[in-house]
Amino acid sequence: MSLAYARNDWYVIADRNSLEQGPRRTRLLGDEIHVSGSYAHPVIKDASGRMLPTQIKFDHVWTTVGDRPRPLFDIPEGNEPGRRLVPCGMVRVKCSPLRAVENFLDIAHFPFVHTDVLGAEPYTEVEPYKVEIREQNDEVWATKVKFFQPLAAKSAAGGITTDYEYRVPAPTTAVLYKTCPPKPEAQDVITIFVQPRSETECDVWPWMALYDDDTPYADLVQFQQMIFLQDRSILENQRPIKLPLDPRMEIPTRSDLTSVAYRRWLKKRGAFYGALAETL
Amino acid sequence: MSAAFTLYDYVLSGNCYKIRLFASLLAMPYQSVAIDFYPGYEHRSERMLSLNPAGTLPVMVTSAGGQVLTETNAMLAWMALHDGGAQTPWFPAVDPALGPQVQQGLAFGAGLTDSIGLARLHAMLDWPVDGEAAKRAGLKHLRALELHLTDRQIDGGLWWAGAHPTIADLACFPYVALSPDAGLEHDGFPAIRRWLYAVRSLPGFATMPGIHPLHELR
Repeated sequence: MSLAYARNDWYVIADRNSLEQGPRRTRLLGDEIHVSGSYAHPVIKDASGRMLPTQIKFDHVWTTVGDRPRPLFDIPEGNEPGRRLVPCGMVRVKCSPLRAVENFLDIAHFPFVHTDVLGAEPYTEVEPYKVEIREQNDEVWATKVKFFQPLAAKSAAGGITTDYEYRVPAPTTAVLYKTCPPKPEAQDVITIFVQPRSETECDVWPWMALYDDDTPYADLVQFQQMIFLQDRSILENQRPIKLPLDPRMEIPTRSDLTSVAYRRWLKKRGAFYGALAETL
Repeated sequence: MSAAFTLYDYVLSGNCYKIRLFASLLAMPYQSVAIDFYPGYEHRSERMLSLNPAGTLPVMVTSAGGQVLTETNAMLAWMALHDGGAQTPWFPAVDPALGPQVQQGLAFGAGLTDSIGLARLHAMLDWPVDGEAAKRAGLKHLRALELHLTDRQIDGGLWWAGAHPTIADLACFPYVALSPDAGLEHDGFPAIRRWLYAVRSLPGFATMPGIHPLHELR
């Protein structure tokens, strides 16, 4: 049941750089997938040799194994002129794909895991913010999130209070809008596209759409990789490995409102792949 | 103070971190140039190959004299000597007892890169290598290090050799500390854990992704 739901979503399976390295094998929802071809003409096949549909969006190659796939969401900011689009490659994490998304939605851990970058002691308080499930497009949104950050982005010159908004358009994608240091009226967009290899292992493809014409590409990618790899060791040690949906199994606090909404939303749509659906 | 050297650097590289960590411990200023090792494979670009035909990172170019160093152990030696001359406690090169021991540790550190380092690249970035073989070799190295450090601790020592940390400790620290990235946990290695804690406690210690700071108990 959970797998049937997950099969009808689209997932990132490759980017330009990975295709240039030649054919490779990967996994999606527990099954082997063969990836070859070029970025313009990617060839994605399942283990039986069946060609899978592809589409290129947000600088990545997407595929689905479902018979009735839901349409792939849009991130309209990606088309705005003047933004720099920054695919960041892939990082493998031995954790539930849902835990990877949930971690991305959390700010309370910033001072402790991203010390002196995205947060710092003693500025650990998460002020009240707003969370809703937007019915018209069935997405989780967290808005009016504020946090003090010593080095919010590669383009930041010093500590600033950063405004955040989070959006979950699909169970394995999280989009973050945050204050753009050199252009305060605009928002930088940072996303993670999570490729579920299995319920307990995933490949995470970060992607950014930034207003930053000055920072060299290598610095932008490394900033993102630094942040994400600080999370990786924490993610691999979370227990239970699958994300529990029963609120009594992991007691949330007020700062976890986004996570609470995300788990409820997963439960409501039956998106249980990578989740612990049993109750206490 | 002006930069002592330029470091061609990749944030996730344990070998690059050896240099960043030592510079932080010595408070030695340097200039860093980010190289897109992954996903861009920039270390194999023409620009980088002309600097280092071996195509490895890090690369160090010293400010005085413009020496190009491509071996991490040589960089650590250069930094120790640049900082403290022949008397530096970090690299007692001509001490008849300690000098050879430090060389032993430097070579062991290179072996950690080739085993744990490779297993980590495979586990983290899907590097096309035999990840299981690299992991087995890494486990052997951890066992050997545990034995060495246990002997040292029985003799009242804490570091790889002598009473002061040396570049041998720094050559070994990163990939041991990062081994959980490759699924090699520290639980079974008490002497290693004690030594890791000692390195993390050094004044001026710097972190990298996967190596967390010690939080002060206030």
